[in-house]
Amino acid sequence: MSASLEIQLLAVLVAAACALPGVFLVLRGTAMMADAISHTVLLGIVLVFFVVQDLQSPWLIVGAAAIGLVTVTLTELLQHTRLVKQDAAIGLVFPALFSVAVILISRFARGVHLDVDAVLLGELAFAPFDRLIVLGIDVPRALVTIAVVLIANIAFISLFYKELKLATFDAGLAATLGFAPALLHYGLMALVSITAVGAFDIVGVVLVVALMVTPAAAAYLLTSDLRRMLVLSVAIGVLSALAGYWLARLLNANIAGAMATMTGVIFLVVLVLAPQRGLLAKLVRRRRQQADFAATMLAIHLLHHTGAPTEAEEARIDHLERHLDWQPGYAARVIRHAERLGFIKSIAGHLQLTPTGYAKAQEVLAS
Amino acid sequence: MDLGQLLHSLFFDYTVRTVALGTAILGIVSGMLGAFAMLRRQSLLGDAISHAALPGVVLAFMITGLKAPLVLMTGAAVAGVAGVILVIGVSRHTRLKQDAALGIVLAVFFGFGLMLLTFLQQNPDARQAGLNHFLFGQAATLMERDVLVMALFGGAALAVLGLFWKEFKLLSFDREFGATLGFPMSWLEMLLTFLLVIAIVIGLQAVGVVLMSAMIVAPAAAARQWTDRLGLMVGLSGFFGAVAGVTGTAISTLAGGLSTGPVIVLCISAIALISLLFAPRRGVLWTEIRRRRQHAELAMVLKGGRP
Amino acid sequence: MNPALEVTDLTVAYHDKPVLWDVDVTAPAGILMAIVGPNGAGKTTLMKAILGLTPVAAGSVRIDGKSYTQQRQRVGYVPQRGSVDWDFPTNVVDVVTMGRYGALGWFRRPGRREVDLAMHALEQVGMHDFAQRQISQLSGGQQQRVFLARAIVQDADIYFMDEPFQGVDATTERTIVTLLKQLRGDGKTVVVVHHDLQTVAEYFDWVTLLNVQCIASGPVGQVFTEENLRRTYGGRIAFVERDALATGGMALRSFAPAATAGGAD
Repeated sequence: MSASLEIQLLAVLVAAACALPGVFLVLRGTAMMADAISHTVLLGIVLVFFVVQDLQSPWLIVGAAAIGLVTVTLTELLQHTRLVKQDAAIGLVFPALFSVAVILISRFARGVHLDVDAVLLGELAFAPFDRLIVLGIDVPRALVTIAVVLIANIAFISLFYKELKLATFDAGLAATLGFAPALLHYGLMALVSITAVGAFDIVGVVLVVALMVTPAAAAYLLTSDLRRMLVLSVAIGVLSALAGYWLARLLNANIAGAMATMTGVIFLVVLVLAPQRGLLAKLVRRRRQQADFAATMLAIHLLHHTGAPTEAEEARIDHLERHLDWQPGYAARVIRHAERLGFIKSIAGHLQLTPTGYAKAQEVLAS
Repeated sequence: MDLGQLLHSLFFDYTVRTVALGTAILGIVSGMLGAFAMLRRQSLLGDAISHAALPGVVLAFMITGLKAPLVLMTGAAVAGVAGVILVIGVSRHTRLKQDAALGIVLAVFFGFGLMLLTFLQQNPDARQAGLNHFLFGQAATLMERDVLVMALFGGAALAVLGLFWKEFKLLSFDREFGATLGFPMSWLEMLLTFLLVIAIVIGLQAVGVVLMSAMIVAPAAAARQWTDRLGLMVGLSGFFGAVAGVTGTAISTLAGGLSTGPVIVLCISAIALISLLFAPRRGVLWTEIRRRRQHAELAMVLKGGRP
Repeated sequence: MNPALEVTDLTVAYHDKPVLWDVDVTAPAGILMAIVGPNGAGKTTLMKAILGLTPVAAGSVRIDGKSYTQQRQRVGYVPQRGSVDWDFPTNVVDVVTMGRYGALGWFRRPGRREVDLAMHALEQVGMHDFAQRQISQLSGGQQQRVFLARAIVQDADIYFMDEPFQGVDATTERTIVTLLKQLRGDGKTVVVVHHDLQTVAEYFDWVTLLNVQCIASGPVGQVFTEENLRRTYGGRIAFVERDALATGGMALRSFAPAATAGGAD
């Protein structure tokens, strides 16, 4: 396999591995916890590195998972004291742990191959140089790591799909059914931690957050179905990875940065153009709703004053502008729209409710 | 280096004095504005703004070709404001919660900045992009001119904070009531957030992106535990920030080779931890003692009450 | 004389869902008016629309004959207690002083005069001794009284109060009732979102029955009838009646004659 293909494969796998837990982060409102964990993972890596003196050790994954759980636990402990709110608790814990890691590295890990930038930023382009023989096949080491992480993610999510779904949408019910939502929460956070550490020499831990949160967020704007959202999230992640790779080659720029950029571009496109929840669709729908609504409102207004002594007065077109506080042009547009819908008839500057309009007003009022 | 020497260099060594002054200013400004961010539950907005500043810095350089701090800071501020607008827009107009919006802006802006930076250098290796300074800051390279710029902008931000004190208090405590009084609350909100952007931008050079959020959250969280008055809290928050800045600079000077940013963050985290544990009335220790005493009293009553 | 409050054809919509439909409410000066209706009837929305806090699809609001923006200084507001963070670092007198911020305008800080006014208002609600107390240490009823004191220092002519009786103790309830009567005695108008049907006739002169539309609005004696209540609460009226009978038969009896009067009207 050529280096180019290997890099693309790595990019695709890392994007897929991140996009899966990302869905639950977005749905559960814990995206910033992922940001915190992705930073503190550095401490896990450093501590394990001091013991095993090897940046390739599988123990790194264990250390990362442990430190991820420590981050979550500390944050929740702080929150439980009620002395600070959740966002402040996150903001207190992760910079402190991260600083400890940076100081440990600069103090004790000088000269050895552990470089803060490498962990924070990674370097996808160099990943194929570090190789491993697995089952007689010569593959990049990172490919093995990320494949394992991806499989772990898929396994966890398919094993606990039902429980995760319930705990995400109705934590109370999940607890009464004995599903221990807290345990699932910690499981998920451990998953986020090992995904971050699996990705660190590929895209670095900062951009892991982009690959986790952004595709999942875009998917959430496209569907409400959890299964579909998982698939879409992975698809968007993979698409961003490939587009990012080629963009980076075109610009001779950093691949991970370009991948993160592409997740952002796709998110923006979805944000504006998504069929139902996109900003454009919302704008069009709101315009139409406003017009329909104003027409119905006019019908109800006329109905209210039917038979009242002031009926003649209330039904005059110029009166609407004053009473409903509508601009002259807007009132005329509403009247035209209501006429088109068959709610009213205008006779010599005087509005009359049609039977259709009468029925509509009654129906709305009864509901 | 012993303590006498340290004090001597803090006062007389030009470099150390400049750095200490710079980090103190940063601590005051971010501490005081961070207090409002925390009260308005926007502690993590600082994290998003500081990451979002990277593409602004790179673009400012690409457009002007200048490396002057003022140019780069302007770029950072513009990108920071753009990031804030996106966070607020996405969380207000879509079904996504604020944390997702924060995560997206933080990571995508940062990735975009990284891409631009490596494109500019025509070297895809992120590790050689000189991002180190941006990530962790370079307090040691602060010069008198930089400190002057920090003092100027930080001072201006604090002056505006003082000018609109009453209105910002109203905004933070009871926004709707303030609106019925006729104050333009959205406008005030934008102004206050812009001041936060200024505080972050002037701090980036000293402590870097990753640690800037600590300078926004930790002084405020510490100060909140000691007082129930807003004015005192904001002042104390600035004071804690300044103490952490100077102490951090001193420690990293003493133990040569430690980068200043992380040491400052550890100092402010330590202050926060002490405050959370030991602050009178609110601190964990106090609540625990009070709880024990109440238990004991209850037990006494129960014992005494029994026939 | 202009009515203190005149709401005309007010409609508020959330997207295409109407929250208020073509509501007309008129209140003369110097009355205590309750806004009553089931959950989701739009009571709070009506209040917020009057105060310009919620965008309005159509209709107008006049306060003593002029638009709200022109009359802002003459309007006082008591929001729902739960709408703010009571762990905010400030004390009681400071919160009450906020009621003067509108009169102070931009940049001017509250001084001796504002604090004196605040202390006087605190006396009126029986919270004088709590002036320096941190607000997180207050009970629900005390929090409510602090908000009332804040409204008093606004020195308004018309007051809007959102659920002031919600979840308060008996002392606070008595304090609020005394205060309402006192405000009426000073010729002020008070509009209150209220949820307790049993006390409507006892506490208020006027009532607006609201359920998305305005069902009826007028003096309690004419409007607070069984039939109107049935129209307001729909199928839930059986529940309401049973509830009223079980816990406060007196209240129900006190409006029963009114129902007859209303029927004869």
